[in-house]
Amino acid sequence: VLHSQIASIEKQATTATGCPLLIRCKNFQVIHLVIPQERDCHDVYISLIRLARPVKYEELYCFSFNPKLDKEEREQGWKLVDLNEEYNRMGVPNNYWQISDVNRDYGVCDSYPTEVYVPKSATAHIIVGSSKFRSRRRFPALSYYCKGNNASICRSSQPLSGFSARCLEDEQMLQAIRKANPGSDFIYVVDTRPKLNAMANRAAGKGYENEDNYSNIKFQFIGIENIHVMRNSLQKMLEVCELKSPSMSDFLWGLENSGWLKHIKAIMDAGIFIAKAVAEEGVSVLVHCSDGWDRTAQVCSVASLLLDPYYRTMKGFMVLIEKDWVSFGHKFNHRYGNLDGDPKEISPVIDQFIECVWQLMEQFPCAFEFNERFLIHIQHHIYSCQFGNFLCNSQKERRELKIKERTYSLWAHLWKNRADYLNPLYRSDHSQTQGTLHPQIAPCNFLYKFWSGMYNRFEKGLHPRQSVTDYLMAVKEETQQLEEELEVLQERLANLQKSQSGNNKVKSKQQDQNKQFGLYTSNNSLANTPQEYSNDLKSFPSRSPSQGDEDSALILTQDNLKSSDPDLSANSDQESGVEDLSCRSPSGGGCLPSEDSGKDSDEAVFLAG
Amino acid sequence: MEFAELIKTPRADNVVLHRPFHLAVEGTLCLTGHHLIFSSRRQDNAEELWLLHSNIDSIEKRFVGSLGTIVIRCKDLRIIQLDIPGMEECLNIASSIEALSTLDSVTLMYPFFYRPMFEVLEDGWSTFLLEQEFELLSSVTNEWRLSCVNKEFSVCPSYPPVVIVPKSIDDEALRKVALFRHGGRFPVLSYYHKKNGMAMMRSSQPLTGTNGRRCKEDEKLINATLRSGRRGFVIDTRPLAVAQQARAKGGGFEQEVHYPQWRRIHKYIERFNILQESFIKLVEACNDQSHNMDRWLSKLEASNWLTHIKELLTAACLAAQCIDREGASVLVHGSEGTDSTLQVTSLAQIILDPRCRTIRGFEALVVREWLQAGHPFQQRCAQSAYSNSKQKWEAPVFLLFLECVWQIHRQFPCSFEFNEHFLIMLFEHAYASQFGTFLGNNESERAKLKLPQKTMSLWSWVNRPEKLSRFQNPLYEANSLVIWPSVAPQSLQLWEGVFLRWNRPSRFLEEAEEERINIIKYNKELQAKVNALRRQLAELETDGEVQE
Repeated sequence: VLHSQIASIEKQATTATGCPLLIRCKNFQVIHLVIPQERDCHDVYISLIRLARPVKYEELYCFSFNPKLDKEEREQGWKLVDLNEEYNRMGVPNNYWQISDVNRDYGVCDSYPTEVYVPKSATAHIIVGSSKFRSRRRFPALSYYCKGNNASICRSSQPLSGFSARCLEDEQMLQAIRKANPGSDFIYVVDTRPKLNAMANRAAGKGYENEDNYSNIKFQFIGIENIHVMRNSLQKMLEVCELKSPSMSDFLWGLENSGWLKHIKAIMDAGIFIAKAVAEEGVSVLVHCSDGWDRTAQVCSVASLLLDPYYRTMKGFMVLIEKDWVSFGHKFNHRYGNLDGDPKEISPVIDQFIECVWQLMEQFPCAFEFNERFLIHIQHHIYSCQFGNFLCNSQKERRELKIKERTYSLWAHLWKNRADYLNPLYRSDHSQTQGTLHPQIAPCNFLYKFWSGMYNRFEKGLHPRQSVTDYLMAVKEETQQLEEELEVLQERLANLQKSQSGNNKVKSKQQDQNKQFGLYTSNNSLANTPQEYSNDLKSFPSRSPSQGDEDSALILTQDNLKSSDPDLSANSDQESGVEDLSCRSPSGGGCLPSEDSGKDSDEAVFLAG
Repeated sequence: MEFAELIKTPRADNVVLHRPFHLAVEGTLCLTGHHLIFSSRRQDNAEELWLLHSNIDSIEKRFVGSLGTIVIRCKDLRIIQLDIPGMEECLNIASSIEALSTLDSVTLMYPFFYRPMFEVLEDGWSTFLLEQEFELLSSVTNEWRLSCVNKEFSVCPSYPPVVIVPKSIDDEALRKVALFRHGGRFPVLSYYHKKNGMAMMRSSQPLTGTNGRRCKEDEKLINATLRSGRRGFVIDTRPLAVAQQARAKGGGFEQEVHYPQWRRIHKYIERFNILQESFIKLVEACNDQSHNMDRWLSKLEASNWLTHIKELLTAACLAAQCIDREGASVLVHGSEGTDSTLQVTSLAQIILDPRCRTIRGFEALVVREWLQAGHPFQQRCAQSAYSNSKQKWEAPVFLLFLECVWQIHRQFPCSFEFNEHFLIMLFEHAYASQFGTFLGNNESERAKLKLPQKTMSLWSWVNRPEKLSRFQNPLYEANSLVIWPSVAPQSLQLWEGVFLRWNRPSRFLEEAEEERINIIKYNKELQAKVNALRRQLAELETDGEVQE
């Protein structure tokens, strides 16, 4: 386990066997260690606490991680995702949008990238003026441009409007965004915060746009809660996931109580609203929250994903994260606690975005080029600090640290192993891969499901024992080999027929005739063992037939299931040897050592009752 | 009785049909003795909807001016709305539908009138005979025999005429045991585990009463399934307290003093009226139009449906575990032995026996463990989740079984020969069907109704290649292992294919399924081509050699 994955370490009361340590990881792995000597345990505890909370970037794994690539390969890796190329793909710069160098040396906004796209009519004076009227000077800039109808998604932070303040340049800036879309006579301004939060901000001199001051805007609140609510919500949901043999009610009640799915749906609904405005109404949208780097990033990227099939490809998804999250200064270091910092800054913001993508994948199984494993591995590496992509809080900091010269890019690594991440159902000519996705909006709450593949990722026993994705990928791989062989055979046949008609004796003996097919058939078996459906069975052999009151010991209640003795899981593992066949485990491309270490040790306890 | 008397208005024009996720269509509504038929003849989009009256669970009428609206809620959980112009027409149609959908005589049901439009390749009524099952069994063991003691349904009215029992127990003893078991349901063989020779038996509760009555023959019968020195498990699907209370009413449970080689485990499975309420609540939650995520989750929780699924799967896994892992024989019963008992024995077989995961094998399982074993389909499936009339014996017992199979299927998507549609089809036909298979409450009633002579069997219809292809799972690869499902809440999901079938968009999921089928189909085609070419090449090459 990488130190950077450790979220919390808890020392529990010493028992006869030793001193237990409970380690919770940011990738949702939970590890129980029992260390015989209390002294050792304390030492381990102290070391881990220090190691899990590095104070300097240089201590992070990515600065020592070396995948044995040469300099050129590393540079190639960093070039895989190129945002200039991406804006060109979108169709900017053009008649309405231009690249602005106003933030050249991060002079205007230090959390923005140096290259920002703005409406052509927005002069440097307007941009700078507008930036002074926005929190942390995050002025409105282009996030997504829709070539088809000129509508765009722009992003910013909240205006410093207080109760009555105005800013001419900011009003001109919004006007410029509207003018960049000649087909529409207004723009939506979407504040992703709950109205109450936004109003409270006014007292601090911040707030939201007053429709009266801006010409031709339609203002809209979409209540997504703040990072603190989200952090607590995840915490509560993880507590539910950690329950030992929960009943169905415990689980559903806990899931509801955490509010997690409600928050996921709120983010999705915001994305759906914006995608609809852009695609169907042809109206541009300006999105902001408070600082414009959390909820705004979530919502803009969900909307982009719905609007543009490119972002649903593997490469496009990397570009999307690079564009809406990395370049626009999402505070990876603070949110994911890479360096020791304020725990109140930590929040699963991008985790929620990744889950939104998964929820969409469930609803549109053919629409994404990548599979669930791709998402899980990205989540893993956002916390792992093994690659440099997600270091720091802004582009400026990353440049100062010379990340690209000193670390490797995750995208190149994922791209190299892309065969593992393909969705077998994806076809670039399929209808689901064309155009905008239209997910059902309310009242389809039931479409949002608990993602056990992520939050119970290491409880392998909970997941389907046979993976349809892996099976189909194996079939497709075989199909490809068959296609190749077919070609070879046809060629040989043609040659042979020709040569035989000419009475020629040349014979080709190609080895691949003996190639064995059916490779997937045996691989798809399962590792499967019975779980503890009842612990009554264990005590049976020792009971003498005539013994005592028959009724007392026989009742199977939840209580005596919970008090199952620690031997049980070992016992079932032993039994499992009988029928264990290796399971097609997700092959995550080598650098996820923790992938397998989660093993089934806890499985039996989870499944009892 | 003539159906025509019930149909006052056989036809109405300009009726508008509303369904979720479909555009409203205008067309003509016709009523026949057994169907409600809606047809629209718009050129771009001609379509017909045929609905069996017996599929209608409830009907509700509303009026706005002279425009009447009928909301029809079906047993397969679909809801449709018909706007019918003219108050009188609407009232007539509503009352006809109401009368026709609640006919109380079985012989008026559609299966007695249905004439198949397909060629019967194989008569489903004689496809799955216990005799054949016994033949298979005889090839591996000679410890069992076929008994005709119930030939006239005289020993046990809810049992089939032939049953499989231990060889050492004669018919005389069986008659005595029948008197000691509720409803005469003496222990019979449900499943024989070839791997280790262990048996699963099922029965009803023993009639021990308050004074602890015993029956030597009963003890001998179930002991006959044990190897010498080995012990067995009695899985009682009631909590201990309920089993104890049952004594006051003459029922009871196996006392350990009299059954020293048996260990009793109480694994509680909910009874029928509670299940029906849970079903109703779940369907209500799924149809709830409210906007709020919390409300959905708490309603799902409050329905307790998934709790029942979890309990049931756990009990079945326990039974399977006793047999396969503990190497013990098992006797399963609750009170009557016609509901939870059958759920447990049939699910345990899905887990243990690869044959039950094939289409044929699953059909045989349904016939053997549900139809022949006397699950009262007619009583249990008389109403579904929308009915307004008072519950009598309705309960979604069979649906719960099908859902558990689906849950296991979801965890082992490559181990079943059939797909989800197959399970949904069985659910539909259990509640309303053109076939006679699910009519009656047991074999005795079916014989009296002369169903095999007068109606068509569902299996005759299903087991034709053109039908079967729709029910085949493209991912299937025979898996000879025992499959142990996870019963953790995280592993169990709502069966959307049934409960959200009519209120979720399904196009994208159907496309995904099509894609899966195509991937496999293309692979198989290529394989065939390559093999043919290889053969051709080999022939040419040997020819060449001969010529040399």
